[in-house]
Amino acid sequence: MSALNLIDGSETSLRRFLQTLPGVDQIGAQERAAMLGTRSIKTTSKKWAIDMAISMIDLTTLEGADTAGKVRSLCSKALRPDPQDASIPHVGAVCVYNDMVGIARKHLDSIGGQSIPVAAVATAFPSGRASRKVKLQDTKDAISLGATEIDMVIDRGAFLSGQLGEVFDEIRAIKEICSDKAHLKVILETGELVTLDNVRKASYLAMLAGADFIKTSTGKVTPAATAPVVLVMLEAVRDFFELSQIRIGVKPAGGIRTTKDAIKQLVLVKEIAGAEWLNPELFRIGASALLNDLLMQRMKLSTGRYSSANYVTVD
Amino acid sequence: MSDFEYAPAPESKAIANISKDYGLFINGKFIASHNKKRFETINPANEEVLAKISLADEVDIDKAVKAARSAYVKVWSKLSGKERAKYLFRIARLLQERSREFAVVESLDNGKPIRETRDIDIPLSAAHFFYHAGWADKLEFAGFGDKPKAHGVVAQIIPWNFPLLMLAWKIAPALATGNTVVLKPAETTPLTALLFAEVCQQADLPPGVVNIITGDGSTGAALVKHPDIDKVAFTGSTEVGKLIARSLAVSNTPVTLELGGKGANIVFEDAPIDQAVEGIINGIFFNQGHVCCAGSRLLLQENIHDEFLNKLQKRMSKIRLGDPLDKNTDIGAINSAAQLAKIHELSSSGQAEGADIWSAPCQIPNKGFWFAPTIFKGVTQAHRIAREEIFGPVLSVLTFRTPQEAIEKANNTPFGLSAGVWTDKGSRILWAGNHLKAGVIWANTFNKFDPASPFGGYKESGWGREGGRHGLGAYLKGAK
Amino acid sequence: MSLDIKKTYKLFIAGAFPRSESGRSYEIRDKKGNFIANPAQASRKDLRDAVLAAKNAHSSWASATAYNRGQILYRIAEIMEGRSEQFVAEIMAMESVSSKQAQLQVRQAIDTWVWYAGWSDKISTIAGSTNPVAGSFFNFTVAEPLGVVGIVAEEKSSLLGVVLGLAPVLAAGNCAVLIASQKRPLSAITLAECLATSDVPAGVVNILTGLSDELTPHLASHMEIDGLDLSGVDGKSAAALRISSVDNLKRVHSFSAEKSPERILSFMEYKTLWHPIGV
Repeated sequence: MSALNLIDGSETSLRRFLQTLPGVDQIGAQERAAMLGTRSIKTTSKKWAIDMAISMIDLTTLEGADTAGKVRSLCSKALRPDPQDASIPHVGAVCVYNDMVGIARKHLDSIGGQSIPVAAVATAFPSGRASRKVKLQDTKDAISLGATEIDMVIDRGAFLSGQLGEVFDEIRAIKEICSDKAHLKVILETGELVTLDNVRKASYLAMLAGADFIKTSTGKVTPAATAPVVLVMLEAVRDFFELSQIRIGVKPAGGIRTTKDAIKQLVLVKEIAGAEWLNPELFRIGASALLNDLLMQRMKLSTGRYSSANYVTVD
Repeated sequence: MSDFEYAPAPESKAIANISKDYGLFINGKFIASHNKKRFETINPANEEVLAKISLADEVDIDKAVKAARSAYVKVWSKLSGKERAKYLFRIARLLQERSREFAVVESLDNGKPIRETRDIDIPLSAAHFFYHAGWADKLEFAGFGDKPKAHGVVAQIIPWNFPLLMLAWKIAPALATGNTVVLKPAETTPLTALLFAEVCQQADLPPGVVNIITGDGSTGAALVKHPDIDKVAFTGSTEVGKLIARSLAVSNTPVTLELGGKGANIVFEDAPIDQAVEGIINGIFFNQGHVCCAGSRLLLQENIHDEFLNKLQKRMSKIRLGDPLDKNTDIGAINSAAQLAKIHELSSSGQAEGADIWSAPCQIPNKGFWFAPTIFKGVTQAHRIAREEIFGPVLSVLTFRTPQEAIEKANNTPFGLSAGVWTDKGSRILWAGNHLKAGVIWANTFNKFDPASPFGGYKESGWGREGGRHGLGAYLKGAK
Repeated sequence: MSLDIKKTYKLFIAGAFPRSESGRSYEIRDKKGNFIANPAQASRKDLRDAVLAAKNAHSSWASATAYNRGQILYRIAEIMEGRSEQFVAEIMAMESVSSKQAQLQVRQAIDTWVWYAGWSDKISTIAGSTNPVAGSFFNFTVAEPLGVVGIVAEEKSSLLGVVLGLAPVLAAGNCAVLIASQKRPLSAITLAECLATSDVPAGVVNILTGLSDELTPHLASHMEIDGLDLSGVDGKSAAALRISSVDNLKRVHSFSAEKSPERILSFMEYKTLWHPIGV
């Protein structure tokens, strides 16, 4: 993998490479994100954006109270977001805990959703506080149950204490298990990394270690997918492409609840990373409530009147 | 998969109630000009006529100065600071209430994007009145003595690049310190000043405290020569600023001048690169580059030159040029045919002198005055485009090897208005800040303005400061 | 009885005391017509050299610590104190005043140095500010020295006028080119001798004697000069000088014969710096 020519895999070379990255000025990044947040998306481009956003959603349930029934209804919704409108695309994936992967896979297959991947959160999600052995097993389990996407968390404790090699090796190890069976999304948990400089460093670290996607958050920590964080990650994948000719995907997750939020994300993608990233292979949105808001806005566009929650399904 | 093209998102023009023609605002009323001469103000984005404007001559000017004098003697100088403040607060609120209308009219008359008028020009104008309102009854604490005294009647001439904002920069401190005003807006952008006259009426500002006279350069020249003017404030070109300064040298009338610039934006190798790219973009393409403090010279550390320019050009390719009223427009129309011609002239000189031109790929509209965002690579200090103010969306790129060389080049100009420094090293920021000869230095940011922050230039960029405590001095007798 | 050793009054440029490059001098006499001295009659080339010396001295003088500048200004007062008698005698001869009046003027001149010495490290505190802008930025304004200031000193009290002109300009961190009173130039040159022995770096102060009408137009039009103190120029001449000073937009002021912090600030420039506040 050509990206690895940038470092030799040692902690020293990793550290040296990450030190060459330019700093991020927080206020400047916030300003740029805020300015892009004022883009006004109307009519045809709004319709396009809504359908694109739907197809990018990793429809997620990650609750202690998750049951087979809950997961099955989520899968149904993932395939047919609005049972009365077949023109609506299905979502990008369903995202569940590892013990729900089999249920989700089986249900999706049974209702004609074979093309929808199941993503599993892994590596002792959300904290990542477990032994390497447990994390590897967690991942293996998910894949054996049919997960084709793995959303792993990085060891933030190791990152913040400077054990970058530790974080790197762990991602490598998980990537090895995924190999060609599963796409690897690496969750940085940016709310715990705090600074945008850390976000940039962690993004590169994950990409160098073999991530297919870099993902902002677990959804269990706030702040999550703030616009400046996504901006910095999009800059990272854009610049990483210049270095390696490899396009890494980005997945904001947590706090994206409205159509407006989602469209702002798409604007960021278009203006920062570029139009090449505007597809579900390279951009996903981790969300649950967002889907219904997108559906209601879609109705508003076609009927001209504001819709109600009574006209979308609660699953 | 289709591309995510933004559909047009135009702001409605309906809110802009532009009259077919305007009189002069003298002594609280709109009146016809003495000689009945008129000129047209046009929308530079499509060359359509917006309104007919009165051209004031010496008779009108005399009338306006007399109205200002009478208002000063009889009303304004007798009013307490506390009461003056209330008028300024009212004006600030009225500007906020009518902000969308002002934003649309400003975009129509000037050609600048609605995003900027909506988010910057108009809110900052209101903020200036709000800020200075608070000073009106606290002047004795401002450091200009126990009994600071107004000059009396102030003549103010403002440029076309930020029509309402420059009006606010001039009128708010003048009124707060107890002066009365005769203001002349620029020939090509009189509309928001005339709209402001309506605001004065709505605020019940005593007649004659603010007078707005419209016209061309001859009107401005006549205004500053009027013998009953106690103070002159001008924002515009260095050339005209010098003419004014000479014409007032004999009477020794106090003058403040905000003039031209050729700001250097210095990017060191350790800069936060993505924010620096944004800062360079904002520094030169904000308001079509019609900014006296624009960062029109990019000084790049030589070892990051290629990488940085690559990023800059990619970013420039994403700039959206077009209809100023479209909310997604980043760069609007050049304000006038004359200004466009000047930009073309200097741009041609850059090419003739061998600099390497590159323009962002923009669809240029058929009608109106436009200039695509442009950079010149391989510029040296000896190029005209490195020395003369272009006042358009044209950036000259130069390089340096050491911090000392960067400062030397940055200061190598008769101007001294602004400079930018981009580096992650704190001590280097302060070192550069120390050595740069410029009145405003933006470090790791650019083109920021605030009523609390003094603004003004070193050397040929002007006399005095506007804004903040320091700006008050310009409108008080004997203050330095 | 032994004969007095009389002083040759020369120019003060770049820390040295040259005669005018033109070789000229002119005669000054007291009120009764008695000969006093033949001071040098500076040419515009001398003025050019003086401006260049000031320009070259500026960067290190401006970057000296304010504390250091204050000590140097105080040192000038110390050295002047030791020369009091000479100052008194010159003032009496030139201005035809009593020894008491002359002594008072010397006292005031020395006190003026002391007063401005104390200002050098306080003026920026008084005049600077931090500005609470609406955004996540640290924003501050500082007063900085302007550069080279041309001074035409007020001549009614010829020593005091010179000190009132020089002290605030030096306290600010500027360098000066001073044109002494045509009729009463001696105190300025004797002061120069004090400056030369009081740790004032060469070129920080340059003093020319000669014909005002010959020198001041070049002072006003010189593009390396950033500010002008025209306190010693009458109204009509001042207007003409102001006009030519516009060529490079010099900061031009005239002052009444009082000390004030405004005199310092008149030749300082406000610089405002913005920086984001972020993590």
